[in-house]
Amino acid sequence: MKPISLGVRLLVLGLLVAFLVAPQMFAPLFAPLNDYGAPAIYDQGNLLSLAISHLLTVIAAAAASTVIAVALGIFVTRPAGAQFLPLSRTLVNVGQTFPPVAVLAVAVPLVGFGQAPTLIALFAYGLLPIFENTIAGLEGAPRTVLEAADGMGMSPAQRLREVELPLAMPLILEGVRLSLVINVGTATIGSTVAAKGFGEVIIAGLLSNNNAFVLQGGLVTGLMAIALYDGMRLLEQRYVPATRAA
Amino acid sequence: MITIERICKRYDLTTVVDDVSMLIEPRTITVIVGTSGSGKSTLLRMINRLVEPTSGRVLIDGKDTRKEPAHLLRRRIGYAIQGLGLFPHRTVADNIATVPRLLGWDDARVRARVNELLEVFQLDPAAYAAKFPHELSGGQQQRVGVARALAAGPNVLLMDEPFGALDPIIRSKAQDDLLDIQRRFGTTVIVVTHDMDEAFRLGDRVAVMSQGRLLQHDRPEALITKPADPFVSQLIGSGDKSLKLLSLTTAGEIAEPGSADGPAVTSSTSLRDVLAELVWRGASAATVVGPDGVAIGHIKLASILAHGRQAS
Repeated sequence: MKPISLGVRLLVLGLLVAFLVAPQMFAPLFAPLNDYGAPAIYDQGNLLSLAISHLLTVIAAAAASTVIAVALGIFVTRPAGAQFLPLSRTLVNVGQTFPPVAVLAVAVPLVGFGQAPTLIALFAYGLLPIFENTIAGLEGAPRTVLEAADGMGMSPAQRLREVELPLAMPLILEGVRLSLVINVGTATIGSTVAAKGFGEVIIAGLLSNNNAFVLQGGLVTGLMAIALYDGMRLLEQRYVPATRAA
Repeated sequence: MITIERICKRYDLTTVVDDVSMLIEPRTITVIVGTSGSGKSTLLRMINRLVEPTSGRVLIDGKDTRKEPAHLLRRRIGYAIQGLGLFPHRTVADNIATVPRLLGWDDARVRARVNELLEVFQLDPAAYAAKFPHELSGGQQQRVGVARALAAGPNVLLMDEPFGALDPIIRSKAQDDLLDIQRRFGTTVIVVTHDMDEAFRLGDRVAVMSQGRLLQHDRPEALITKPADPFVSQLIGSGDKSLKLLSLTTAGEIAEPGSADGPAVTSSTSLRDVLAELVWRGASAATVVGPDGVAIGHIKLASILAHGRQAS
């Protein structure tokens, strides 16, 4: 995948910020979608505060997924944890295959409405890419490099910290990026259980048969996903020069 | 002094190293040679405990290697392997600094040592310290690998097929460098190889292994003149035994007073090369000069020939 060019990057960020701060500017564009003189721009809440809630929910869930998935990935690639690899894989896969909507349905009776059930659903949904990439990254370290680390006299913890994790870092970051981007879209369903986010705009549109709202909700969600993807790519690129050689 | 006492390594039913005992003198190069699967790498790796012996023990300067944690032992023993295993995410300088940092040296001392080693290995610190391994040629990577192994000034250096991936010309240069470095630092070096010529070129002592057993551990000349086992003769090859023997002695060692006509040979030239030179020239003697170019005597074709006989 080619990195996004600077022009596109500025365009995406500019559009996103402009829409969040001054959405009425775009009213003429959306007006034709509505027949009965309904509002063209979402007016039932502040878009900027929805964006912040949406982003915070996604980042909090991805942070929790990262901590758990990376820790689990490290554990099952150590001699002591190797026997737990199949079990961990199954659990993480269940998290991915179990539909987030179903997770919400299960979680609401337990933790109530609001951000909490959404966080749980996104956390479970985001584990798989990070977990698998962590394992791939740790197992992909060249055998001679690991042998050299042992031969130099690194303890297992030093080998992990100074050699294995840095070499696996690009793949781990890629997993985090995938997880984040998937969750930006998935988080919209959280609004069905009263989590604040762009889902509110889409649901409001669906309830009042307002196509402009639905489209706006989808567009800002998409722009945020692209911006996050791009930001993570920039972070990953910091590690690229160091790992070009194998 | 490294003492290997009745060491064995078994995996389930296969015995990889079978009751090997060896004495390795300090400040010498010992080459362990054998075919693949002979157990030579396993034997080497039991010295720094990358492989734990099933039975037997290894003593370094009289101290049992099991008396301290394996990773602390390994910081005192240099280790260089085929394919080098340079850390791809670290610069040349950071790679070389690995063991000194593990030992907790302060930054100034680490930097000074890294620069010293880069100079020794003919890599200009200004140009190479900040480079990443993939930016170096194969020969340069190999030198960095050995520099890293020597960084903390270990008394013992273990090398597992260190020159295996190099082309013949760079390989020959790397072997010369190793001989220089060994003389300079007085390190006890143990090299594993499958290449008999390399073994003869480097080794003060050569140990021949086959199927986990140590067949013979002796001076290279003795391997040729008194092979302890048919496998040893087979490994050495029967066709050019006399030439191999000649390659182990230098002109300086048998030079006699006097001088001869024609171009001189340097004292470090092997008798094999002097012979080739004399045959080519059709001469019967050559003057021998020291490294400084001053004549130290001459060498006669007849004495070279005498040296290549088994009886000598």
